[in-house]
Amino acid sequence: MADHKHETPHGYYTGDMHNQFVPEHYDPKNRGVIWRTFWILLIITIGEVAIAFTSLSKELLEVIFITLTVVKAYFIVAFFMHLKHEKMSLVYSILLPFILIVYLIAMCLTEANYLNLWDTMFK
Amino acid sequence: MAAEATLAHENSSNPWGGGKSPFGISWGKMMMWFFLVSDAFTFSSLIIAYGSFRHRLTHIWPTANDVFTHFPFVHEHLPLAYVGLMTFILIMSSVTMVLAVDAGHRRDNKSVAVWMGLTIIGGFMFLGSQAWEWYNFISGTPDGALKMPTGEIYRFPENAPSLHAKGIHAPDWALISPEHKVIEDKAEIARIKAVAQPIHGANLTDNEYGHPLFADFFFFITGFHGFHVFSGVVINIIIFFNVLSGVYSRRGHYEQIEKTGLYWHFVDLVWVFVFTFFYLV
Repeated sequence: MADHKHETPHGYYTGDMHNQFVPEHYDPKNRGVIWRTFWILLIITIGEVAIAFTSLSKELLEVIFITLTVVKAYFIVAFFMHLKHEKMSLVYSILLPFILIVYLIAMCLTEANYLNLWDTMFK
Repeated sequence: MAAEATLAHENSSNPWGGGKSPFGISWGKMMMWFFLVSDAFTFSSLIIAYGSFRHRLTHIWPTANDVFTHFPFVHEHLPLAYVGLMTFILIMSSVTMVLAVDAGHRRDNKSVAVWMGLTIIGGFMFLGSQAWEWYNFISGTPDGALKMPTGEIYRFPENAPSLHAKGIHAPDWALISPEHKVIEDKAEIARIKAVAQPIHGANLTDNEYGHPLFADFFFFITGFHGFHVFSGVVINIIIFFNVLSGVYSRRGHYEQIEKTGLYWHFVDLVWVFVFTFFYLV
């Protein structure tokens, strides 16, 4: 067999019912993208822990943390899970259902305010 | 397996025309993505449930900076440091996993094995760390706290470093109310001590840090996540041995590494959210 280190494959057959050809275009820059994403995630995490000790208002801190977490989620899903390079139909199939989660958050937080708990509710 | 790329009636102009995957990926990879969406919904529901109760009881909810202060070999309160380290370990293992996938695209079997091995080590380090966090949470502080017959928890100032950080200095003999206020009135302290029971640590009945729901949700959500990490490590070990015995070099492609990687990144992603909602917010 040819030396695999010098020859990047053009693709493979999936082996499932369709056995279709999946093209692969190996990009040597990919490793750089991976490490760059790592540094972004690390710096954001360190930033989050650092901001946690400042005396900003609780509401502002909450908004910052949730925003930064969504940013981290974008980097993990787009680059580590490779979703950025997949077909848009797959991207939509995966991401659009989370609109329901936004709705669920709004509804649950509202409903929780109406729960008849004793404010010390330990029993 | 047939060497042909297309079936007889493949309609190549329309992705939904039949005979091929409309998403352009294999069935196995698509199913892993759909499973991850469903699992994400499960975790979202758990975290939203946690958020709802916390939102309702936010005035008496424990402060994470008071609860999670342990760091190995350090005897002072060091809030958030250890969980920050755990997050770094899991992100690192995600990086090694994606490097394994990258090596698979180059058909470099040896590198795939090395990166998978490092991912497994990272997974075990995270699991051990989480177990240590649980141990500290369950053991509690040396002095514990006082629990009233009606359930309110009164803590001691030395276990509330977050007040100290805000510039509030309470004397040693004072108590911290469930609303995080310092009680210095000696008569009231005497009234509380007359009826309160000392409790230590957090479990499914008592929580020295505050409301029992905090402990319940902490155990359930981090436990459920930890279970996912554990199953991910098991799967990674199986795939690792497959790589070593040449299953994928014989198969001609490393898509299985990619599918396993998707699950591992999902586990990391959930942790990022758990870390935010339990420790930061």
